[in-house]
Amino acid sequence: MVLKIFFPQCCNKADSGLLVGRWIPGQNSAVVLAVIHYPFIPGQVKQYIHQMRGQSGVDLTVLGSWSMPKEGQEGMESFLRDLSTIFPQGQWLQLSREMGKIGFRCEGEKGGEKDKVIFIHYEQRKVMLSQLHPIENGVPDPQTESQLPQVFGTVCQSEPLFFLDKYDDSPVKLTHWQSEGREGSIIVELMKQASTPVCLLTTWILTLSSVCLPRILNVRPMRFISSKLSTCVQLSYRTEHLQTVSSPTRATTHNHFMRKANIFVSFFVDVSLGLLLVSWMYRENRIGKLANTLVPAADHIAKELEELLQWLMGAPAGLKMNRALDQVLGRFFLYHIHLWISYIHLMSPFVEMILWYVGLSACLGLTFALSLLSDITALLTFHIYCFYVYGARLYCMTVYGLSSLWRLFRGKKWNVLRQRVDSCSYDLDQLFIGTLLFTILLFLLPTTALYYLVFTLLRLVVVMFQGVVHLSVDFINSFPLFSMGLRLFRSYRLAEGVKFRVLCEEPGTPLHLMMDINPLKVSRVVQTYRTPTYSCYPKDSWLALCKKLFLGELIYPWRYKTTKID
Amino acid sequence: MQNGDQHYSMEDETYTDIDGKAISLECQSHSGFCREFTVSSAKVSIGRVMVYTCAVWLSAYIVFFITENTAVLSSAIIITLVGMMVHIHFVKVDHETLLIIGSLGVQVSSSYASGRESTDFIEMDKIKDIVINEAIHMQTVIYYLCILLKDPSDPEAVSSVVPLFQSSKPRLNCLVKVYKSCQEILAKC
Repeated sequence: MVLKIFFPQCCNKADSGLLVGRWIPGQNSAVVLAVIHYPFIPGQVKQYIHQMRGQSGVDLTVLGSWSMPKEGQEGMESFLRDLSTIFPQGQWLQLSREMGKIGFRCEGEKGGEKDKVIFIHYEQRKVMLSQLHPIENGVPDPQTESQLPQVFGTVCQSEPLFFLDKYDDSPVKLTHWQSEGREGSIIVELMKQASTPVCLLTTWILTLSSVCLPRILNVRPMRFISSKLSTCVQLSYRTEHLQTVSSPTRATTHNHFMRKANIFVSFFVDVSLGLLLVSWMYRENRIGKLANTLVPAADHIAKELEELLQWLMGAPAGLKMNRALDQVLGRFFLYHIHLWISYIHLMSPFVEMILWYVGLSACLGLTFALSLLSDITALLTFHIYCFYVYGARLYCMTVYGLSSLWRLFRGKKWNVLRQRVDSCSYDLDQLFIGTLLFTILLFLLPTTALYYLVFTLLRLVVVMFQGVVHLSVDFINSFPLFSMGLRLFRSYRLAEGVKFRVLCEEPGTPLHLMMDINPLKVSRVVQTYRTPTYSCYPKDSWLALCKKLFLGELIYPWRYKTTKID
Repeated sequence: MQNGDQHYSMEDETYTDIDGKAISLECQSHSGFCREFTVSSAKVSIGRVMVYTCAVWLSAYIVFFITENTAVLSSAIIITLVGMMVHIHFVKVDHETLLIIGSLGVQVSSSYASGRESTDFIEMDKIKDIVINEAIHMQTVIYYLCILLKDPSDPEAVSSVVPLFQSSKPRLNCLVKVYKSCQEILAKC
């Protein structure tokens, strides 16, 4: 097999010394992590490597020697060869590079055929910070794991090796990506210091509230109401999120860290958008104006419904209705609207104050404002929901009666035990009454069907609007903003794979390749890091929905999915 | 050549794709076990671009003449521009490259007319073989080069097939040259 040497770009111009790294078993490859410079004491080098092996858990060894002679420095060749006796191991690499030339040379024990070595250059900092996808859960078996994940894993785990820099006063002098001095940012450090007490405080508040709230909410009617109101659902969902984010322990796995970061950023964006909305609404008393338009809007809707019913009671679209049934149904619904309007007018003095206080809860986030909007729409259009239920029940009864009497008309019967249609002999009076009822229901069908159609359409419009609002809430909840930002601005951190580029080389030198990181596709970022939510999605397929509408069964098109527990 | 590679662009043999359009193949041998094959399709022809643009704008003018609405003209311009940008960035493939590195893996890359490159690298452990498959497409039989991937649970079975040169679709003579080169390298390592 060809020998593959992964060489960090930062060590391209390093002074001569020893190569420290890891051999990847079974693949005939070596990952070079750092170069230890002369002068060094072999005993101290061995001790340091042993210490690093314990700290990082990576199987570090001295791979070989690196020689880049400067002007005036000669005669290192024999010295370098003697080093292989001091550090005994399986294979000893002797890499060398001459000033002015680009290519490296490698001499191994097995005779240095230049055709059997590949140098793969990688950028150490990027490989260390990047995460290969798909992410394996659990510890993979080093024998069966493929080469690239092992390389990435080695560089990532060798972080303790990169702590010593050129300015430290230590017996061992290394060159790696951080040897010019460790980087840091004051803001990041301050935030790290501040995060622990904030997390503890938040956890304490949350445990307190989780003790008090269930007492209130476990009373039967409250539980029913809170499961129907989407604001309460959103509140409980956000509390769960807060609990995840404010746990004082650091995230161990990459997935956990990304989940925490995504939730934190989405929370932050949500709250800031909510505060923006609140500041816009409460300026110039827009909320008061909104409250003042609510009651006239409800009145307007009621007037439109009344006109619609008057139209239905006449000759709608030129169809001829059954006059008596038409009048009954029309008057029934008109009386309901009258009741509804009276209730709204009773409430109208309090609407502005209620809305003012409830609107303040939009400070908690834009998602709360949207859930509130959905709930207010549901409450204001409650009469449409009632009308839909009445119309649907009436139509459903008509359809079932018709189907059963049609079977009687043909001399058949539904066998409940066997769940099939059987023939049956009826008496004459049964047949007579059955046929009579069948005729009545059949001629009343257009009227009930029309009322059902009109109210179902109205209900569907309201459901569509609520659905759009819920979808946008779900989008804000689940979209991984942090991962997307990472993909756009630090694309090397989320890697789908690698790309190789052949570097121009001189004749007589082995092959040199440059390994770049191939960033994850945007669609896969969203798919992998999406926060699981209680998203509402259609319970039935389109076909099942149409069938239910035709038969008059009540439809509840959206169903809440419970949060997945990882 | 000054660098250690060897280039072969086959000038004596002209290659075509399965529709009859001319394509070109370039083989580069970087080392004994590293080879790169580039298949380039025809570039975007200026004649076709002009024909499409004129057709769209002519129909937009006719609609404007009938309806007297200037939004038709501006929307036609926007549609043409957006359509052209989408075409050169997402649809039109300029050249496709296959880089095979012995005992490391195979890299497949497509380069679009706008310069965007989409790359995929498959490690040698996962590759079972590189073969030429035949497929029946409408009334023709076409040949395509593909990589067979191993199934992690069963080393003898093939888990999936990655077809190569899907946009340029070269014919059998071109594929055979690439196949022979690849098999030499796969046999060595």
